[in-house]
Amino acid sequence: MSDETPNPDKDLSAQNLPGQRGDHGEEVRVQRGMFGAQSGGDTSGYGGLVRSIRLPGPATRPYGGWFDEVADELEGALEEQGLLPSSAIEKTVVDRGELTFHVEREHLVRTARTLRDDPALRFELCTGVSGVHYPHDKGRELHAVYHLRSLTHGRTIRLEVSAPDTDPRIPSLVAVYPTNDWHERETYDFFGIVFDGHPALTRIMMPDDWQGHPQRKDYPLGGIAVEYKGAQIPAPDQRRSYS
Amino acid sequence: MTTPHASPRETTEGAVYTVTGGDWDEVVRSAAKADDERIVVNMGPQHPSTHGVLRLILEIDGETVTEARCGIGYLHTGIEKNLEYRTWTQGTTFVTRMDYLTSFYNETAYCLGVEKLLGITDQIPDRASVIRVLLMELNRLSSHLVCIATGGMELGATTIMIYGFRDREMILDLYELITGLRMNHAYIRPGGLAQDLPPGAVDAVREFVKTMKKNLPEYDKLATGNPIFKARMQDVGYLDLTGCMALGATGPILRSAGLPHDLRKTDPYCGYEEYDFEVPTADTCDSYGRFLIRLEEMRQSLRIVEQCLDRLEPGAVMVADKKIAWPAQLALGTDGLGNSLDHIKKIMGTSMEALIHHFKLVTEGFRVPPGQAYAAVESPKGELGAHVVSDGGTRPYRVHFRDPSFTNLQAMAAMCEGGQVADVIVAVASIDPVMGGVDR
Amino acid sequence: MGLEEKLPSGFLLTTVEQAAGWVRKASVFPATFGLACCAIEMMTTGAGRYDLARFGMEVFRGSPRQADLMIVAGRVSQKMAPVLRQVYDQMPNPKWVISMGVCASSGGMFNNYAIVQGVDHIVPVDIYLPGCPPRPEMLIDAILKLHQKIQTSKLGVNAEEAAREAEEAALKALPTIELKGLLR
Repeated sequence: MSDETPNPDKDLSAQNLPGQRGDHGEEVRVQRGMFGAQSGGDTSGYGGLVRSIRLPGPATRPYGGWFDEVADELEGALEEQGLLPSSAIEKTVVDRGELTFHVEREHLVRTARTLRDDPALRFELCTGVSGVHYPHDKGRELHAVYHLRSLTHGRTIRLEVSAPDTDPRIPSLVAVYPTNDWHERETYDFFGIVFDGHPALTRIMMPDDWQGHPQRKDYPLGGIAVEYKGAQIPAPDQRRSYS
Repeated sequence: MTTPHASPRETTEGAVYTVTGGDWDEVVRSAAKADDERIVVNMGPQHPSTHGVLRLILEIDGETVTEARCGIGYLHTGIEKNLEYRTWTQGTTFVTRMDYLTSFYNETAYCLGVEKLLGITDQIPDRASVIRVLLMELNRLSSHLVCIATGGMELGATTIMIYGFRDREMILDLYELITGLRMNHAYIRPGGLAQDLPPGAVDAVREFVKTMKKNLPEYDKLATGNPIFKARMQDVGYLDLTGCMALGATGPILRSAGLPHDLRKTDPYCGYEEYDFEVPTADTCDSYGRFLIRLEEMRQSLRIVEQCLDRLEPGAVMVADKKIAWPAQLALGTDGLGNSLDHIKKIMGTSMEALIHHFKLVTEGFRVPPGQAYAAVESPKGELGAHVVSDGGTRPYRVHFRDPSFTNLQAMAAMCEGGQVADVIVAVASIDPVMGGVDR
Repeated sequence: MGLEEKLPSGFLLTTVEQAAGWVRKASVFPATFGLACCAIEMMTTGAGRYDLARFGMEVFRGSPRQADLMIVAGRVSQKMAPVLRQVYDQMPNPKWVISMGVCASSGGMFNNYAIVQGVDHIVPVDIYLPGCPPRPEMLIDAILKLHQKIQTSKLGVNAEEAAREAEEAALKALPTIELKGLLR
């Protein structure tokens, strides 16, 4: 992809290393200090460090390779159905050779159905949903990430949908991709995302009477301190961290 | 409801009540009137004929399964959450324990994801990629051997189980020689490998290929044409292409429906495009077809292993970037532990900076630029994908594994309903789920 | 437990103890309690190369009611814990438990919300077997150690006495954190 117009989102050279991204991309949180010391006892010299954590932001055309083709086809197909592409697709991110469509949740099912059925797109296989929790990304804390694979064209894309913590609802894709049945149950179990329209949204991994959704960032790891001869090692989430 | 309470009857053990009246009479009457034999059977989560701690809930009418459901989560280990509290390199130690029969695939998928995030995919040395492929293909052999062995055992064929474990032992010996461990290796690391092949490894693998070529036909002789085996497996666990695509089934299940989809061909990684091998398929959509595919895949894996050995050239097994590669070549000290003596001499005696660098890299780890990546490999069970998210820190922000066992197990209901109870076991064995991967 | 528990203590009981221990140790029937990675090594131990049949133990019982040894092979999750206890309760006395692997023994590397930090929170454990997973040789060693234990186990009043002594010793034992000296 080096022969195309320079695109800062795709560039993997040294200027993309953390701290050197500048104001590019999308801020998800601000990191202060370095060693997790909050009480002012940090004498490392890193206590005053302020670093903003930025995920790759929206890309500009051309995306490069077959990405433009897929984006054009998807936008065209959505328009045919009378849906303005800009209202369904919040933004398109091209990063590390992968194409991501951030889709508005109310249009997720229609977008997925289009991606599956349109002859030029044909993303027949959904490899399930993965939840990600960004507690500091206000208004869009919970993300559901779908990877779609087209066996016909040999392509993989990613759909990302976000929902606020106060209203953790995302429409279910089970009607389009029945394989998402267990995957959505798992994401509900671990993140508390409610998939509207799922035939039986119950816990799948944890016991039915479990409290909370254990893989959210605000849920502790739940480890216990380990005793040794003359010493005690705190649980992994209680130790000093560098990030 | 007006019937009197049951009157007590005195016995030597105390009063005994015989319950009559109320709802119970209706239940008994209706049960007596109903001429079907519908019962709900719970199998597991601890049962000899299931792969690990799988729970099956079957509604059966006589011998026919009318409804089948899975209960999973009995081996949920929270590995994905644990990863978030360890460095990127330590992550391999956790992912290798997910699907413990396909350790090298878990490690490779995870490392490919991390390397994609780091942007060093092109810098992985050839030797590292070849050794990864070599180990993955050996792993395919050992995983399929366990599948065939335990699958046979569940049919009551103990001989094939002894055969399978006999051959698997030889592969475990190779693992032990190369990585130091029989299982759960953590040998493939972000950036390359933990260390190079030890002396004698290539010869040992060659010797193994020779033996295995002699042993593989024994499975054919024992099972392929065996009438009992065929009677139990043919047309059992039927799932056609439509069903596979809808349920997201991949691996031997998808290929038994006739679609030659294999990520090694369609979306190559680790240089698979340069190897010469075939993707076997069947058109029977049943357990027997899957068994034949597994046998053929083992032969193809042996072919790839041989090509790997020819392709091995001396060189580095870790990226050149000193900010990612651990500085030392691990070597066994006299105490049975430890690091290369030359390296220790250098960092302790001559270079303070090297010592600091080593310490920082091992305890703190390297930083990975923010973003997300998805890397998928073709594991023996299907598409194994790793969704890796970084927030720029020294630890993963979120790692999610799309495990093929988890997805394929959803097909259990479609394969079993309408069949016989005994066929449920065959169908589940042909899915080859490993609960460590399903529950993670 | 049967008649042997009712014998008066003394010479007769010790002789019966020896005989019973000898008979019991030679016919241990393990229940299949494979959970994770360790279960594969447990199966390997039963297969050709390591051949548990040499110790009269190759027949793994599917039903806990026919078994007297439970090899807890692998990590025990919070969801599995009640099942494990139920299987244990269904086993007839006398019964023994081997906790195979670090996950079963102490939670191991999975110090988190999902895993029970040591199966001894749920069932009494006779032999702790470290390793991740332990090699088949280690499992065989653990089984031989268990055989020794079975051989020397007491009956009737002697058993009660032994249990009382063990409890007293355990009450007097120092907590790990207060132990001094070298690690061993």
